[in-house]
Amino acid sequence: MGLQAYTGPGWLLTKAEQLINWGRSRSPWPLPYGTACCGIEMMCALAASYDMARFGAERPSFSPRQADVLIEAGTITKKMVPVLRRIYDQMAEPKWVIAMGACACTGGVFRTYSTHQGIGDVIPVDIYIPGCPPRPEGLLYALLKLIDKIQKDHPLRRQVVEALGG
Amino acid sequence: MGLKERVQDCLGSDIIELVEYRGDLSVEVPRTKIVEILTKLKEAEGLKFDFLSDIVGVDNSVLWEKKKAAKKKKAKGDEEQEQEPEDLGPPPPRFEIVYLLLSLSSNERLRVKIRVPEEDPVVDSITKIWKGANWPEREIYDLFGIKFRGHPNLKRLLMWEGFPAHPLRKDYPLEGQGEERTFDECKYF
Repeated sequence: MGLQAYTGPGWLLTKAEQLINWGRSRSPWPLPYGTACCGIEMMCALAASYDMARFGAERPSFSPRQADVLIEAGTITKKMVPVLRRIYDQMAEPKWVIAMGACACTGGVFRTYSTHQGIGDVIPVDIYIPGCPPRPEGLLYALLKLIDKIQKDHPLRRQVVEALGG
Repeated sequence: MGLKERVQDCLGSDIIELVEYRGDLSVEVPRTKIVEILTKLKEAEGLKFDFLSDIVGVDNSVLWEKKKAAKKKKAKGDEEQEQEPEDLGPPPPRFEIVYLLLSLSSNERLRVKIRVPEEDPVVDSITKIWKGANWPEREIYDLFGIKFRGHPNLKRLLMWEGFPAHPLRKDYPLEGQGEERTFDECKYF
């Protein structure tokens, strides 16, 4: 991450953005939002044998206020759509979304009156994982991809753009 | 005495049709007397159907159309001429409600069916007999649009309030008609 250590009293030289990205990418606390069978695979990925905590997803946060990554695992019915949106809105910035499984991505096999056909038009999705359901490795791979994405982010530049009104 | 005879004894002339198929007994009864009949079945000595497993709604409209078409095709194939089948009769009432009963003491099961016409889809609620009938009746109201007279809280159960249709009716398209739930309708928070 472009970190230089000077000898002597212990100085480190880096860029503020890289420091922020380092912190953010090493602790993407997930908000588990399991609504169907993908939720089971997500639980498996969080539990001991796959241990998502290795990658910093240390503590599944069931409160949206203390979460960084919304893992949307499962079918979203049309009745559920406003609830999902409200939960996403309650999360504090910065926040990311992983759409896990065919149902969350596109509605999957449920092309029916009750199922929302993909959550991408309700909340902005960063990573889509296909599969019905995807294996825990799939979720871990998505998390690693998300960490890559966070490391390429420019948080300060974004704030400047927002401050300028663009 | 077999279950069939005992049900016959208990209900007598209220039985419209009593069918046994592969060991499962179904009895069709008049719609207007359903509360009285289920009370009888619950309390009669030797029957004691004291557990309501489920209540199910059925929309028979497409089934009857298919039966008619199959019969017509068969007649056509046999005699090489187009003719309306005669023995099929007028279409039956569109909806059916099936009560699935279980006797916990004898472990016997019974289906009780009533037929509900489309133009007057109202049935007496049985929540006074079994409190557990509350949600199944709400579900049937939600998905078929059959109303239950005397139900304590007849609101939609699965679809959201304000949903404009009854989706398990056979004339409702599987993919829906583009209904979306808006934010204002969601008052959970």
